[in-house]
Amino acid sequence: MSASEALQGPNTTAIGFFVAFVALTLGITWWAARHTKSTEEFFAAGRRISGRQNGFALAGDYMSAASFLGIAGLVATSGFDGLIYSTGWLVGWPVVLFLIAEPLRNLGRYTFTDALGFRLRQKPVRIAAALGSLAVVALYLIAQMVGAGNLIKLMFGLSYETAVIIVGMVMLVYVLFGGMIATTWVQIVKAGLLLGGAALLALLVLAKFGFSPLRLFAVAAERNGEAVLAPGKLISSPWEAVSLGLALMFGTAGLPHILMRFYTVPDARAARQSVFWATGLIGSFYLLTFVLGFGAMVLVGHDTIVAVDKGGNMAAPLLAEVLGGTSLLGFIAAVAFATILAVVAGLTLSGAAALSHDLWVNVVRGGDAPREEQLRVARASSILLGILAMVLGLVFKGQNVAFMVGLAFALAASGNFPALVLSIYWQRFTTAGAVAAIVTGTLTAGVLIMLSPTIQVDILHHEHAWFPFKNPALVSMPLAFLVAVVVSLAAPERAASEGYAAKERRMILGQ
Amino acid sequence: MTLAHLSRQRWQVAIALSAVMVAVYFGFVLLIAFDKPLVAELVAPGLSLGILLGAVVIVATWIVTWIYVRWANAHLDRRVSELRAEERRS
Repeated sequence: MSASEALQGPNTTAIGFFVAFVALTLGITWWAARHTKSTEEFFAAGRRISGRQNGFALAGDYMSAASFLGIAGLVATSGFDGLIYSTGWLVGWPVVLFLIAEPLRNLGRYTFTDALGFRLRQKPVRIAAALGSLAVVALYLIAQMVGAGNLIKLMFGLSYETAVIIVGMVMLVYVLFGGMIATTWVQIVKAGLLLGGAALLALLVLAKFGFSPLRLFAVAAERNGEAVLAPGKLISSPWEAVSLGLALMFGTAGLPHILMRFYTVPDARAARQSVFWATGLIGSFYLLTFVLGFGAMVLVGHDTIVAVDKGGNMAAPLLAEVLGGTSLLGFIAAVAFATILAVVAGLTLSGAAALSHDLWVNVVRGGDAPREEQLRVARASSILLGILAMVLGLVFKGQNVAFMVGLAFALAASGNFPALVLSIYWQRFTTAGAVAAIVTGTLTAGVLIMLSPTIQVDILHHEHAWFPFKNPALVSMPLAFLVAVVVSLAAPERAASEGYAAKERRMILGQ
Repeated sequence: MTLAHLSRQRWQVAIALSAVMVAVYFGFVLLIAFDKPLVAELVAPGLSLGILLGAVVIVATWIVTWIYVRWANAHLDRRVSELRAEERRS
């Protein structure tokens, strides 16, 4: 049986592994549900997650199927270019550590809006930041759900719609009953499985090349040409390079589901340790995917990979089949499924926090709602987000959504990051400045991507695009900073400036 | 050391290390953008300069992260607990 044939039908090993994963995680959820009695537990896991555990959970949240299947595929089909993406996705983490993690932990409770709005007027900032969060979450959800539908259809032989519904329902059970405690442990289990699976595959690949990555690369270059070791089409001009780099580097520091994780640890020190662990794990993972990509290029072959999926997304599963037959393929397929499930759960929870904590409790109820009501609204918001995820998955069926993760990063870097960092570090920042920054950054990034070659040329097949770059961050992120500064200086806000000292105290001392 | 002083010191460390990270990563992508033939050159069989530098960026990320964590664990946390103790006394 050829590799592509095996991918067409249901794979019993894959189904077995997947059912085992779901059973284990539902067990965790059942245990977590008994400890989830307040919003403190529902959104922040009672703040009892350790730094190392949170590091694994952050890695689990971050290593989506897009990075596992997508980067391995990009490396398998174009070689070196995949490394440009991986490094970009990694270098965002030190930025999170230096500028955001500890202040965020000390200044807020459940969402990054807590820290952003610390000394600003609550209603306008909450509304703007919650909408900014929801935009990022929705884009990310579309990319994950469509990816899930396609992947599961290919690997398990289920229909696209069934796959989307299964992912939606299972993750909703995690979130609804187990809240952040269950979601955190699902992320930890998934991160362990994903890293373990990638390490196993990489080891099996390297065993065929005398445990020397360089020999693997040399064979790849021999068969596919030296070009696979050299930069290809990903970076066409210096401006394009800087634009992509800005989105990748500063986008991580504006992703609501990542930032929310810093509230699950007891203090700033643990927040710091968790980024240290996450950076180590994610960096190792990207080194492994680079080996997997080249392994697939040599052992599976470019033509077979592209024949199964044009984007190359099946490179890693195909590699697993070549190396370990149907059972290893089944294991890797189940890991990929678990990966999507976990990421979608994290996204849903952060969207629900924006709806219930930012919009309902702090805007509609003016910051004061009974505990039972907060928990009820949190659960209702989760259901709403879960339904939204499934609907988005169904609506975008068959669409090319690969660019949406990139767009989500651009929105996060332009809409959320400038306002957050200015609010933490700049005394003269104002409420109007924050709202203007979020609105300008989000809208500019959104409009420019619509006018970019990504949409105009690749998807709509027009001759040329109005905006020259594939990624809008080069324009939208500096513009958001500029607007924030100009608006803040034009109309000073005394209360915000006077509140800075209290913010600084809380940020450093955590009390 | 006052709170404002410590806050300023933390900001300086954070911004300096962020600048290092920006320089390392944008140095890497701009080198690719400006001189693809150089990045494509082989430094060893199977190893292009680009792959080597990409691995260097990943390792540099780890090192910079480690430097900050070491500084914060040793210095920042001690100063913070001193400030907290001072507040309790007064």
